[in-house]
Amino acid sequence: MIQVLEPGLFTTIQDLGRDGLGHLGVPSAGAADAFSLRVGNRLVGNADGGAALEMTAQGVSLRFDTPASFALTGGDVEASLDSQPLPMYQTLHAPAGASLRIGRISAGFRTYLTVGGGLLLPKVLGSASSDTFANLGPAPLAAGMHLPIGPQAEAPGFYLRAPPRFGQTARLRILPGPQEEWFTEGARAVLSSGEYSVLPNSDRTGLRLAGVALSRSRSDELPSMGMVAGAIQVPGSGQPIVLLPNHGTTGGYPVIANVISADLSLLAQLPAGAHIGFSSVTRDAALAALREQEVRLSRDIVAADAGLLAARALMSLAARHASLKQAAVKDGGRHIRIRRG
Amino acid sequence: MNIRPMGDSALLVETRDSAEAQKLRRVLAAEDIPGLRQLVPGYASLLLAADPLVADLDTLARRLSALLRTPQQAINPRSHEIAVRYAGEDLAAVAAALHMDAEEVVRRHSAPVYEVAFLGFSPGFAYLTGLDPKLQLPRLATPRTRTPEGAVAMAGEFTGIYPQATPGGWQVLGLTTAKLFDATRASPALFAPGDQVRFKVLP
Repeated sequence: MIQVLEPGLFTTIQDLGRDGLGHLGVPSAGAADAFSLRVGNRLVGNADGGAALEMTAQGVSLRFDTPASFALTGGDVEASLDSQPLPMYQTLHAPAGASLRIGRISAGFRTYLTVGGGLLLPKVLGSASSDTFANLGPAPLAAGMHLPIGPQAEAPGFYLRAPPRFGQTARLRILPGPQEEWFTEGARAVLSSGEYSVLPNSDRTGLRLAGVALSRSRSDELPSMGMVAGAIQVPGSGQPIVLLPNHGTTGGYPVIANVISADLSLLAQLPAGAHIGFSSVTRDAALAALREQEVRLSRDIVAADAGLLAARALMSLAARHASLKQAAVKDGGRHIRIRRG
Repeated sequence: MNIRPMGDSALLVETRDSAEAQKLRRVLAAEDIPGLRQLVPGYASLLLAADPLVADLDTLARRLSALLRTPQQAINPRSHEIAVRYAGEDLAAVAAALHMDAEEVVRRHSAPVYEVAFLGFSPGFAYLTGLDPKLQLPRLATPRTRTPEGAVAMAGEFTGIYPQATPGGWQVLGLTTAKLFDATRASPALFAPGDQVRFKVLP
């Protein structure tokens, strides 16, 4: 059992969502950054779809009532277990009674806490995902909540080689959308050359962007059609919206382009204010990138004994400390606080 | 039947109408398609989403026309009567915009037998066709951040009922207590495509 001390800003339970019910209007939902969730689950010996915490912008504080293994993946955070600093992207262990504190997400936007055995929350329509658009599944985290954890399989420790790094800028790869010809040539050129910034009213349904308006070459209404995550919808204002997994199942705005599946993880890690651009790729390149991501899940998650994990933890914390020091020097040391630990 | 790619992991199949989209969904749902994630019928389309590393979308696309010719068992549409209290927050504004009084809006809205074209947007939200052309208005210029559960509303040629309190841009005419979606029911959605819906005016 885990006890929630502080719930963070917006923390939800997520797994891989409820596919197959779109014809009833039920959104897929599930982890916004499914790749990070899957990595986190593999690091603790779970199946890919184990339910975990998805933290947004700010981490949680928790107490483990029972011993548990866990891992942190996705957006970069400083975390500590009973004041001992913790690395990301590797198997960690908490004794009974230990307190886990997770700080602000300093790079990226969403961090996942996976627990060996998974969080055992009641499934609704086959999934424990908090669907915050349609109000299905568990409510967002609140202080005082108890999260039961499942039976833990005996598993060795793991770490992820070359963990992803997220920043304030990103280039997302796109394919032409089904309504590409609804837009002027100029709009299509602008999408590939322009820069867009992520607006603060973005959420798990989609990223709302601001930049050069994309103008349409036809003004008729699009009959509502099924949508997918990564679809770049353009409403009347011309300012694009890129859909994330909790989007409504159908939509009535034309789709100028689709972000490729391999970049959906990156999409979910863009905070408000991030600057993004788009580059066109071929379908073959999109599929190759997706295949590489799948290969990475098995090739780059490496089993390791306790000694190796401890050494890796020291190295990754030292590297973080060094980069923080550098940042502090750059900034004249005025605004950067380095946590003790 | 026009088939367009929707990113690297979905196809958008444009159909003649919503009935054809629904038929195609039923045929495909009965097939065992490896890697299939979603089949989402729209007003005149079907979205087929699948894991592209498992499903062969090109081969699937080539099979669709043949699949559509598969003989289908007729579906059994049901009829629903939904009691509505016509006191929605947009009723007065709608009446003014249409140059009629509120009573006429209510009379015209509660007269037809509507048909469920498809479910979309949010769980159990049914797009109903058959709206009196004299009632057709665009969506609200600024969508509401929250439309109440049970709101009976209309936009363009459709009318429908909000099953949950969600953001929404439709013109709200009334409210119903009917439970449109309940995840614990064997059939969570009250309405199915093809069903007929009639609104009964509550005093």
